[in-house]
Amino acid sequence: MSLISVKDLSVTYGANTVLRHVSLDLDPGEIVTIVGPNGSGKTSLLRAIIGATRPSSGEITLKPGLKIGYVPQRLHIDQTLPITVERFLRLADRIPRTACKAALESAGVPDLLTRQMSQLSGGQFQRVLLARALINKPDVLLLDEATQGLDQRGSAAFYQQIETVRRDTGCAVLMISHELHVVMSASDRVICLNGHVCCEGTPAVVASAPEYRALFGTGTGGALALYRHEHDHGHDHDHPQAHGEAD
Amino acid sequence: MLDDFMTRATLAGIGVALAAAPLGCFVVWRRMAYFGDATAHAAILGIALSLALQMSIFAGAMAVALIMAFTVTLLAGRGYAMDTLLGVLAHSALAFGLVAVSFLSGIRIDLMAYLFGDILAVSRTDLVVIWGGAALVVALILWRWSALLTSTLNEELAYASGLNPKREQLILTLSLAITVAVAIKVVGVLLIAAMLIIPAAAARGLARTPESMALIAAAIGAISAVAGLQGAYVFDTPAGPSIVCVAAILFAVLNLFGWRQRRSA
Repeated sequence: MSLISVKDLSVTYGANTVLRHVSLDLDPGEIVTIVGPNGSGKTSLLRAIIGATRPSSGEITLKPGLKIGYVPQRLHIDQTLPITVERFLRLADRIPRTACKAALESAGVPDLLTRQMSQLSGGQFQRVLLARALINKPDVLLLDEATQGLDQRGSAAFYQQIETVRRDTGCAVLMISHELHVVMSASDRVICLNGHVCCEGTPAVVASAPEYRALFGTGTGGALALYRHEHDHGHDHDHPQAHGEAD
Repeated sequence: MLDDFMTRATLAGIGVALAAAPLGCFVVWRRMAYFGDATAHAAILGIALSLALQMSIFAGAMAVALIMAFTVTLLAGRGYAMDTLLGVLAHSALAFGLVAVSFLSGIRIDLMAYLFGDILAVSRTDLVVIWGGAALVVALILWRWSALLTSTLNEELAYASGLNPKREQLILTLSLAITVAVAIKVVGVLLIAAMLIIPAAAARGLARTPESMALIAAAIGAISAVAGLQGAYVFDTPAGPSIVCVAAILFAVLNLFGWRQRRSA
């Protein structure tokens, strides 16, 4: 059985439909990456899966007892809130110190336990977020652009860490990313989203799909092309965003 | 022992300080400072209504503070920025409250007593209300502490942990209304927000974890209450403002101290 199963999901904010008829499944142990331009509903999809956004139609089925580890896009801790890394890791449950150390270890930052969150560098901060997501031994890791603000080397190292985590713990990973060139190689499956599922498949299949090229261009693996793409692409259909089944 | 008005006043002050400290930390962390102000201003309308209807001041202030808090929560994010909304509601409620008080010709009330508090007139019944309310607030916050903290850090993180940040926000709002209602007699409408924010802000530099910040804030609040009342007694100054002055002085001293320490480090 799939860990997460999304069927025919639509999400609207007011009169604005951000997701229409999206379906996807996440199976145990696989790494699935969602790519798509800004405003393509990537974050809304993740919010719907964790229950932060109510779908206007369709359904989301989580495997009973599914443990989700969530790494948010950006986490701002107010300057007035003092909190050590250890306390942050033990946020929701009583977790022994050894487990905190182990989680930091598997996130690649073993020595940060007693540091203040506000003193961490961007890369360290993201890894602590990852450690917090790993601490309950999740079945699924959800990452929402977890490497925003990291440089290329930093984010490459971060995604390598994700692969290591998957190898060691066997947890499935569903992530959103802009950094196609880094992410694609680490993924088992890529879903290209633009309000609807444009195309999906192995990284190689998606990278050569016309829908994907229409969104991200054909250039250097798509990384730079991302910033040049046109929003009002239509895949030669009659309306700007939705078209039928990915053809 | 409770026959002495100074003893009753001191106990009342400590009670409010203890409830205000952990709540104040969340107010500071979530940048809700103005929310406390607004709830307190609205309470004046509650006082007017409770005098007119001859019900308890506590109940009236609490009811209006709650209505105010829920209205703001409902309206937030619908076209006006939060501070605009709070400004409109808070000052309207204050104005309507002051006008409503002027209609109460039969009763002579000392409005100053509610604006600045009258801690020296605290009765045994008041003490029961204050400590009951404070205990309720502290219990609510202790019960929801981890959930509140998670929601404060990040809404999505809270959802992913199976929490509902909106419900946690409601618990904070409720606690705020209770605190305002019990604190009116002690420090008054205009200075309630000070008791929420100043001890928490003063504790920031000394704390390494959220829990220690709340505990230190409680200590600073209690010290302010005791020292402020003693000062008011010795120098014959108004009691409520004296308490806030001590808290402000502690804030300044702790900050200077922290600044010097950082510089020498």
